[in-house]
Amino acid sequence: MAETIGFTLNGKPVTITTDGQRPLLWVLRTDFGLTGTKFGCGQAVCGACTVLVDNKAVRSCNHPVRNVAGKQVRTIEGLSSNGDLHPLQKAFVEHDALQCGFCTPGMILTAYSLLQQNPQPTREEVIAGMNENLCRCGAHTRIIDAIQDAATQMKGGKA
Amino acid sequence: MNDNPHMEIDFHDIVTDPNLSRREFLKALGGGIFIFFCIGDSSVLEAQRRGGRGYPEDFNAYLRVGPDGRVTCFTGKIEQGQGAITSLPQMLADEMDISPDMVDMVMGDTAQCPWDMGTFGSMTIRFFGPPLRAAGAEARKVLIELAAEQLQVPQDRLAVENGVVFDKQNKDKKITYADLAKGKIIERHAKEKPPVKDPSAFKVINKPFLHRDAQEKVTGKAKYAGDMRLPDMLYAKVLRPPAHGAKLKRVDTSAAEKMDGVSVVRDGDFVVVLHKSPDQAVAALAKIDSEFEVPPATVDDQTIFEHLLKNAGRENTTAQGGQLEEGEKLSEIVIEQMYLDGYKAHAAIETHTALAQVEGNKATVWASTQTPFPLKDQVASALGFKPEDVRVITPFVGGGFGGKSANQQAVEAARLAKATGKPVQVMWSREEEFFYDTFRPAAVVKIKSGITKAGKATLWDYHVYFAGDRGAAQFYDIPHHRTSSVGGGFGGGPSVHPFATGAWRAPANNTNSFARESQIDIMAARAKMDPVEFRLKNLRDERPIRTLKAAAEKFGWKPAPSPSGRGLGVAVGIDSDTFVAEIAEVEVDKRTGKVRVRRIVCAQDMGLAINPAGATIQIEGCITMGLGYALTEDIRFKGGMILDRNFDTYELPRFSSLPKIETVILDLPNEPAHGGGEPAIITMGAVIANAIHDATGARMLQLPMTPDRVRKAIAAMA
Repeated sequence: MAETIGFTLNGKPVTITTDGQRPLLWVLRTDFGLTGTKFGCGQAVCGACTVLVDNKAVRSCNHPVRNVAGKQVRTIEGLSSNGDLHPLQKAFVEHDALQCGFCTPGMILTAYSLLQQNPQPTREEVIAGMNENLCRCGAHTRIIDAIQDAATQMKGGKA
Repeated sequence: MNDNPHMEIDFHDIVTDPNLSRREFLKALGGGIFIFFCIGDSSVLEAQRRGGRGYPEDFNAYLRVGPDGRVTCFTGKIEQGQGAITSLPQMLADEMDISPDMVDMVMGDTAQCPWDMGTFGSMTIRFFGPPLRAAGAEARKVLIELAAEQLQVPQDRLAVENGVVFDKQNKDKKITYADLAKGKIIERHAKEKPPVKDPSAFKVINKPFLHRDAQEKVTGKAKYAGDMRLPDMLYAKVLRPPAHGAKLKRVDTSAAEKMDGVSVVRDGDFVVVLHKSPDQAVAALAKIDSEFEVPPATVDDQTIFEHLLKNAGRENTTAQGGQLEEGEKLSEIVIEQMYLDGYKAHAAIETHTALAQVEGNKATVWASTQTPFPLKDQVASALGFKPEDVRVITPFVGGGFGGKSANQQAVEAARLAKATGKPVQVMWSREEEFFYDTFRPAAVVKIKSGITKAGKATLWDYHVYFAGDRGAAQFYDIPHHRTSSVGGGFGGGPSVHPFATGAWRAPANNTNSFARESQIDIMAARAKMDPVEFRLKNLRDERPIRTLKAAAEKFGWKPAPSPSGRGLGVAVGIDSDTFVAEIAEVEVDKRTGKVRVRRIVCAQDMGLAINPAGATIQIEGCITMGLGYALTEDIRFKGGMILDRNFDTYELPRFSSLPKIETVILDLPNEPAHGGGEPAIITMGAVIANAIHDATGARMLQLPMTPDRVRKAIAAMA
């Protein structure tokens, strides 16, 4: 059943009239053309589709769009501001923390959410926080290093 | 690579309009200086010539120096995360004395790039690199000639810095590549090998560079096949059988058709629903009422090995020397062992995806593919179009590992675009991805080997069934040996395996190296020798010796015969001309059988490393991916029914699985560049198996080494 759903998308208010059961992933990718959020498994077990809802990592592939009504949704396209990369994005570049890049948006946003809850995580805490995100190319060690580096940068007030 | 299906030669004519002459074509590209060159194997080009289509006779890649001074390299190779988009410009930069930032890569677009067989086999740097460097040197030569004329300075007095040619005696006398290329159409062929830069002159090659596509990838701007959008495009979902070999008995699409905006295409067993939203296509697919007849299962993941051995046909001897009978006589200890390896999925995070558009008798397909040119012909054949009327464009590929060469999804998209008259995207679900994957084949290896009590290897009789023969030949100094293979290069076909199989990162070599290096380890243990010392004693080739020594040194290896209780393992292998030696440290929970890999040291003899940073990342990727096939990954199936269809049960390596990884790339800038995308994965099975043996005394003979199998192997010793 079509319903009108309003939320904030990358800082801008949006509304959409659609079936509220539709997964947020496809609404973002199709209706809003934000293709940075990726489909990986469709069962919320790989993390490629991760977006931020009120600054918390959410798997958008099985998250009904209705559930984000009135909330702040941020995708990878909304992470940098005024063309400046977010410290996490910068750290991923500087640590070569990616290969094919397909899991990267989900990795960065999961890390963002992790650092919101735990600004200075230990290595073990980063591993635990990222463990449900899959990368097939094997960039894991570099991703951990990048997240820890970004945490340091962000604490320095640069974020 | 003679068994590779993509070697089947069909090629592309870059002049898509036959009425356009080469010169007009170059003009249409905006003019400039063009250098055409050939990649590697001249037999490929010879076969193309014999194919009688005329083009390309003398090149299969080219570069252009444009009037803006930028250098564009046009190649059929694609970028799937392996880093060619970074390392190829490095080579051009040094040969042309420019910054890599001045190089643009046009990759995998069949209308802009000359024919290429595909991106696999760690071949881009090895075979594309040398002619690319030669072409860069040729381009520099042309530019110097032009500059000499323009500046009225003899060529030998000219030098180049960052794309500016100047007079060494008067630096103010200078001209840029841009000014030299302006208004020109110059065509050269880098046939004769011009002198390329000596390693001592490298400024960019052999220096670490960050991925140049990272900026796009961290911002979500990088486009993959599924990110392409066209007006009025539809998203398709195809009705799939529950098992390979199943026949569609009955289908009723009426409920789906009643849904708003849903259209249905049916062509025999090809039943498809389409909608302008992908999720609505998924919903429509669920409304299709269908019944399939599933053939009875005759084999499953438990009985597969017996099945393979039963179906083993003729053996091909791929290597031999001495006399096996003689070797047996010399052997004081003879060891016979059988090794098993199950099916593995590629499991790239991007599923197979394509968008196709058909306009009149022309088709354009954007696809996640490692083989854009073979795909072009597949589409042409499926649609009844001329190959020259099909264009394949390859955006970034979200991981391939050998699994994105079959192109079924792209052919489906093309058929649907033709049937509906609209652009159609096919993006496989994870379940479809697992179902239609061209799995790494299940395989059996039988080895009979012998040693003297003093630890000299005397006999090696090696039989591999259905893995393929890459990496099967042993490289130790064994006087009496034979290697034979059943099932050819890719391990048999549909007559043997219940579903599709194909190339999986370092095809066959993972299975072969697991078997060989496990057997070598058993031999070392039976000789009561340290496994590193045993290998060094039985190696004669300098390359594996120096590679193994480098790994042992980095690790801080202290000799002890296995099992030492320390949980240390070693393995050596060769792939894509690169030798690799790995040492692992593991912890085994003897009660649960769970294996924790603590540390992996990897040394690689890969010749000249174009981008040492990129090569290191490939090694790390290989080690990480290798943990999966060694410890957790295995496709369970019953007949043609695939039981593992998503990541909930098919366990990929995770952050928590990671060991500390340390890498050594031997510094060999004066040697040719060998492959780097695959070698470090091949020894992961054996190095962990050998470390488990060292920790527990239990010998693992089957991959993956799941907790259950490890526990049982430990129990069997008691």
